[in-house]
Amino acid sequence: MLYFQTWKVALILAVCALGVVFTLPNVFSSQTVASWPGFLPKHQVSLGLDLRGGSYLLLEVDMASVERDRLSNLVDELRTTLVARRIGYTHLGVSGDHAEVKLLDSSKYGEVHDAILKIDPNLQIASQSDGTITVKPTTDAVQNRERQTVDQSIEIVRRRIDETGTREATIQREGDRRILVELPGISNPEHVKALLGKTARLTFQMVEANASVEDALHGHIPPGDELLPASESRPGLPSNYVVHRRILVSGDMLTDAQPTFQENEPVVSFKFDSVGARRFGEATKVNVGKLFAIVLDNKVISAPVIREPILGGQGVIEGNFTVQSANDLALLLRAGALPAPLTVIEERTVGPELGADSIREGTTASIVGIALVVVFMFVFYGLFGLFADVALFFNLCIMMAALTLLDATLTLPGIAGIALTMGMAVDANVLIYERIREEVRAGRSLISSLQAGFERAFGTILDSHVTTLVAGALMFWLGSGPVKGFAVTLSLGVLTSLFSAILVTRLLIVTWLRRFKPKVIPI
Amino acid sequence: MFRRPLIVIRRIPNIDFMGLRRFGFALSALMTIGSIVLFAVNGLNYGIDFSGGIVIEARTPQPANLGAMRTELDGLGVGQVQLQGFGSPNDVMIRVQRQTGGDAAQEQAVTKVKQALGPGVTYLSTNVVGPTIGAELIRAGTIATILALIAIAIYVWFRFEWQFGIGAMLSTLHDTVTTIGLFSLLRVEFNLTTLAAILTIAGYSINDTVVIYDRVRETMRRYKTMDFTTLINKSLNETLSRTILTVSTTALAVLSLFFFGGQVLHGFSIAMLWGIVVGTYSSLFIAAPMLYYIRPKGVHGRGGEAAPAPAASPAGAPESPRAKTGAP
Repeated sequence: MLYFQTWKVALILAVCALGVVFTLPNVFSSQTVASWPGFLPKHQVSLGLDLRGGSYLLLEVDMASVERDRLSNLVDELRTTLVARRIGYTHLGVSGDHAEVKLLDSSKYGEVHDAILKIDPNLQIASQSDGTITVKPTTDAVQNRERQTVDQSIEIVRRRIDETGTREATIQREGDRRILVELPGISNPEHVKALLGKTARLTFQMVEANASVEDALHGHIPPGDELLPASESRPGLPSNYVVHRRILVSGDMLTDAQPTFQENEPVVSFKFDSVGARRFGEATKVNVGKLFAIVLDNKVISAPVIREPILGGQGVIEGNFTVQSANDLALLLRAGALPAPLTVIEERTVGPELGADSIREGTTASIVGIALVVVFMFVFYGLFGLFADVALFFNLCIMMAALTLLDATLTLPGIAGIALTMGMAVDANVLIYERIREEVRAGRSLISSLQAGFERAFGTILDSHVTTLVAGALMFWLGSGPVKGFAVTLSLGVLTSLFSAILVTRLLIVTWLRRFKPKVIPI
Repeated sequence: MFRRPLIVIRRIPNIDFMGLRRFGFALSALMTIGSIVLFAVNGLNYGIDFSGGIVIEARTPQPANLGAMRTELDGLGVGQVQLQGFGSPNDVMIRVQRQTGGDAAQEQAVTKVKQALGPGVTYLSTNVVGPTIGAELIRAGTIATILALIAIAIYVWFRFEWQFGIGAMLSTLHDTVTTIGLFSLLRVEFNLTTLAAILTIAGYSINDTVVIYDRVRETMRRYKTMDFTTLINKSLNETLSRTILTVSTTALAVLSLFFFGGQVLHGFSIAMLWGIVVGTYSSLFIAAPMLYYIRPKGVHGRGGEAAPAPAASPAGAPESPRAKTGAP
């Protein structure tokens, strides 16, 4: 017990040395560290948004609207199919999570069943006793759609944020249908939120020439048409439009969009890909003299007259833009449309001043706390207390090095965790030293007291540390953001304190024994 | 200077903890019931982590005119708005109640408030929690706390015997419940870091209990015929200096967090301080005396006469103190 093999000594010293070396970059500013020679480690622990300042946004993908759209498309498809096959029906519509239809002739069920599966094989069809057929997507299909929708949304969110020039943004999936966005250095994320809040689905649709908006407002919408509001009310222009449901061209066929000026007004110029250009050209050729609507998220931005066929696949969107809104629209069009609306369900933004305050307060509290513990240990244990203090120093270094190397994120509660574990770490020393005292009181010799102290205290130390690790693991598992940061430092601190309090302290005591050959234990 | 420490605890105290057990149980029962009643009647002062809502810390270019600001924000139709100065006279904390109308409504309210405050204002922090997240966090927090209690009980049960597991769980439960009671009484904001503190308390308070149980078990093996009351008293007194020293170092760390750690860690350090004190108290006055009532194996009758044990194994016996008892 009191003898260390050489390789063990080497290993303990190496771990301590590495701890110090990898902690060092955290003590200096990043500029100083950058000027160090190449062989020294330069990696610094990454600070959480609550310390460096920045914005944390948790977005939820609105899957309900995706499923609603899917069902209403399904109803359209059912209608087309039934009409094409001349099968009589009533009560066609969406009800809850499924579409339903009642056949006039229930003997046609088999035919309808097969026809529906031809629309989409991933549909679940059931018939009820009153002849109503219910159709809904299978659970697998819903899950697949959810996964794809969230994946696509993440991609679009990433493109939009990249386009704004934000550096070091983190965008990742969280749970099934959530997206976590972290924007370091952004202390007022209103603009980003506005950009992410738009679906940005752009379509070009013809304006219905043979219907009046007044009639449509009273519910008389011609079949195949829809009533859309204008994106903003402007004098001299209608506030609603009746447009064809059929989409001539949509935003996913754009290859580029840029803000520019036309007659000193900000506009957005766009360019179609070859398919889009051909379709746009054909549509404009046959509709010269008519109006077409440029629709963004079901609102009409503008409805210009087609003066001549537009064959080059290029055009501009006009619509009372400011420089900012033209920029934003161009950005959204370049990045593409979101497959589903996003809602911000949690926002945590910390400005740089508050972050700096937190670092200062957290560091002060930790230093004062550690200093008090160091003095306390010396007062109550003398030389052995100093040994414990040395071990505590290495404990701190190894812990910081581990945080740095694991690329863990340090948060303010994380700093609290460091201060707390420093207070708790010396518990192992206290347990060992108290045990040694008891053995000395029981009349044992110096060596055997030390030996028994370390041996007997070990089990107790292990038991009492495991329970803290259990709490730490649960916090990491169930906690979010800052609490996770606390769980990491708490658990790491408990682990490193096992090493430092037991091995480092023991090595120090053994070395002291050999060198000074003491007659009594000074505690 | 290094011959001996500045302060040496030489004497092993001889406090009759078992004699005080009725007092301890009564006090704990009172505190536990009081906490439950307080929680039921008073509830907790949930921060926005759990209740949902908006908290914005803003810094205005001139000293903030709270009255004018309040009039302006009240006119926005975002419901109840609380303003509070903090730090310098330019700093204002704006709390807006949770908006009805789901998650999207929270963000709209933030935009409204920021527009109303105008462009000159810098934002120290903005926290918005929608009702979905708030409800989830409460659920996750409750689950984590219950799981922590169960996991700790199971661990103690594995390492000791089930009687110890029950004692450990009850005393930890007592610590957790009274911490919640304290927060209900003081109306200190209960937020995510407070919850982290409660979980840490669960892990920490069990630490003391485990150390004491370890000693009880060891003493039980060594003095098989000792009267159980004496045995528990002896174990508690022998570990008392360790208990006090460990509590002190942890308390030093937490006190410095309380005084220097800033406002964000305030709730956390209050919870931890209480947890350290009550955790130690419960180890001494609940966890250990409880063993008297739910006797672990190897303890027979009050006097222990029924144990026809051989002579106490001498100190330094090869048997590891950690090994499980071999009793069937």
